[in-house]
Amino acid sequence: MTIKTNLQAVRDTLMEIMERYDNVVVMGEDVGPRGGVFQATRGLYERFGPERVIDTPLAELSIVAVAIGMALNGYHPIAEIQFADFIFPAFNQIVNEAARYRYRSNGAWPVPMIIRAPYGGGVAGGLYHSQSVEAFFTHVPGLYVLAPSTPKDIVGLLRAAVQVPDPVLFFEHKRLYGLVKGEVPEEYYEIRLGEADIKRQGDDITVVAYGLALHEAIKAADKLSEQEGIEAEIIDLRSLVPLDLDTIYESLRKTSKILIVHEDNQTGGWGAEIAARIAEEMFDWLDAPVMRLGGPDVPAVPYAPPFEKWFLPTADKIEAKMRELAEY
Amino acid sequence: MAILVPMPQLGESVVEGTINRWLKKEGDPVEKLEPLLEVASEKVDTEIPAPASGVLLKILVPEGETVEAGTVIAIIGQPGEPLPTNIPKKVDLHAVGAHEITAEAPAEPAPAAEAQPPTEEKPDGKRRRRGPKVTPVVARMAAEYGIDLSKVKGTGKGGRVTKKDLEAYIKQMEAAKAAPPPTEELPPWEQPGSGQLFQPSKWEEEEQPPAVEKPKPAAPPPPPPAAPPSPPPAAGEEEVVVPLTRMRRAIAEHMSRSVLTSPRAATFMEADLSRVLAHREAHKAAFAERGVRLTLTPYFIMATIAGLKAVPEANAVFREDAIVLKKYYHIGMAVAVPDGLVVPVIRHADEYSLLGLARKVNEVAERARAGKLLPDELSGSTFSITNHGVFGSLFGLPIINQPNVGILGFGAIQKRVVVIEDAIAIRPMIYLSFVFDHRVLDGAAADKFLATVKKTLEEWEE
Repeated sequence: MTIKTNLQAVRDTLMEIMERYDNVVVMGEDVGPRGGVFQATRGLYERFGPERVIDTPLAELSIVAVAIGMALNGYHPIAEIQFADFIFPAFNQIVNEAARYRYRSNGAWPVPMIIRAPYGGGVAGGLYHSQSVEAFFTHVPGLYVLAPSTPKDIVGLLRAAVQVPDPVLFFEHKRLYGLVKGEVPEEYYEIRLGEADIKRQGDDITVVAYGLALHEAIKAADKLSEQEGIEAEIIDLRSLVPLDLDTIYESLRKTSKILIVHEDNQTGGWGAEIAARIAEEMFDWLDAPVMRLGGPDVPAVPYAPPFEKWFLPTADKIEAKMRELAEY
Repeated sequence: MAILVPMPQLGESVVEGTINRWLKKEGDPVEKLEPLLEVASEKVDTEIPAPASGVLLKILVPEGETVEAGTVIAIIGQPGEPLPTNIPKKVDLHAVGAHEITAEAPAEPAPAAEAQPPTEEKPDGKRRRRGPKVTPVVARMAAEYGIDLSKVKGTGKGGRVTKKDLEAYIKQMEAAKAAPPPTEELPPWEQPGSGQLFQPSKWEEEEQPPAVEKPKPAAPPPPPPAAPPSPPPAAGEEEVVVPLTRMRRAIAEHMSRSVLTSPRAATFMEADLSRVLAHREAHKAAFAERGVRLTLTPYFIMATIAGLKAVPEANAVFREDAIVLKKYYHIGMAVAVPDGLVVPVIRHADEYSLLGLARKVNEVAERARAGKLLPDELSGSTFSITNHGVFGSLFGLPIINQPNVGILGFGAIQKRVVVIEDAIAIRPMIYLSFVFDHRVLDGAAADKFLATVKKTLEEWEE
């Protein structure tokens, strides 16, 4: 066992993957000698050189477009979008090309690539460096969308993602880069895409989360357990698409009460889809309305610290919502 | 206000039930949850609890009659309450709680029952229950267990009955029923080498006309439940006429139909059980530590499934136009019960480990003998086995459990002298009797099935 931060987990796994697979290239803004703004690619350039660690212009459209071209020609690019907020210039390439290339060529032309994107608030990044953008992509069939939140899950999912012959969006919560430390097993392992993980066991209510909200939810659950004896089961989705409904349903059959938490806007967030599926398929098991706690519907995460705090799903907000659910 | 008692639905695939016996007479006081009547569906009897306390005002469906689930079969009310004139024929079983109606034109207003929830006059003139919300899971569970939610104390928001409240209530209710303790003793039919399936169990002695005249033994407690619709034929001095029980009638009907349906053929082989018995000996204690009695039946089921996998036609159904091969293995297991024979089904039997299968076999057999099988558990087998060796029977010609293609009988285990590579050895041997439907299987296929079962038993390893 080694203790790593989320950031170290990303960096070490990228290094390992590049060593294992000759056709993997890393590309993005400042990923080369600079090592990336978050230092996620530090050391790669020195080790693998400019042919495999490519600094690109400030043009996300072309980062993804070039990566698609390389993927179609035998490479497995890992493209970095420096902040998820800037993924929108590449939106057309991702949705209209990467996601459907294989489909429209009847399986002949898969697009094996990973797009890494640091997302989320809590770093005083303001309107253009704090967004959660996953729901734009979970809506699009043809993409894998991952959002691991612990070092162990990052390593296991990144190893699995590079073996998928399709485009994978790999979202890393930037507030968690240095905040979360955790054990990473020494022996090699992978985590299958589409498997949620129960991060905390409980009988009273089920809480589904990922990202920063996951860690805040665990904090809230521990406090509620200690102070009021309410035991929440916390499910970390890890993989948004494919979605592990089985694990959610199994927990729901036990608790009959569920809360879905994410930092992304509540309206149309991924939690809306999960809530809808539960309403369709698990109606008979519900002992309370399906509850959601997501970001408020304002155009972006505010810059001013009190407002940013107001936006984020912090432990005290989650705790209040959990209590409301437990008492229902 | 009166409470309607509907015929419950005793299983997902069971849409009607027969009233076996009313345990209360009209005018009798009844306590809520006290057994009110006994309902039968095919081979399973179920006691139905009273949905409310009061007096059994009226029995609407007499004993022996079969009605659809949801049919109103009785009315419970307060002492002296006049019978409502607007009794519906059927009610929706999925509606929550007890079904209440108000008499349309009572001679004098019925005394208001204390326990009734408050009602309010709706603008449309209908009276409706007012009260805290009922969530889907609570509604479903209340309907399943026939619980009047107004009797359950709610701890949720606004006094709402939560799933937990209901679970606690059900637990309490079931504890009150005081189930008899399970017997620890190894049941005879599970013991190898000392039994037979078609053994003279109670019903044969008590309910079949004896071959030679002898005084009829004392009637078994409880008395035969369903009174036959016509008066029993008169008996002469030297004969005893025993009316058919429902169980006997069902068995008779199934057996006759099976023989008329399938042209049967049989084949026999014998198997050396040395390795199975050694394996059982080696694992018995470990299984027992996990609360599981390891009998031979799970080995037999596993070997049978190996045979079915080798010969898919044996795990099939014959239709006029086709043979339908089943890709799942639902194994029927004949179990002798006090008043006859039932064949509960272990679904997806191929998916269990030996431990899981042993646990399941014990659990199903225990419930079968206690008469606690669910109606759904008695149908849907794709193949059946019978342990007819329990009291010493060596071969058998069991009758196919329709619509299966075959039935495999396991005889008594006997130490026998066998010749192995020109040496004489003593080995625990068992005869396997395979009766099959010749429309589907020919001798070669049947023997391939049986040979695979034999080989699996003889070469048992783990």
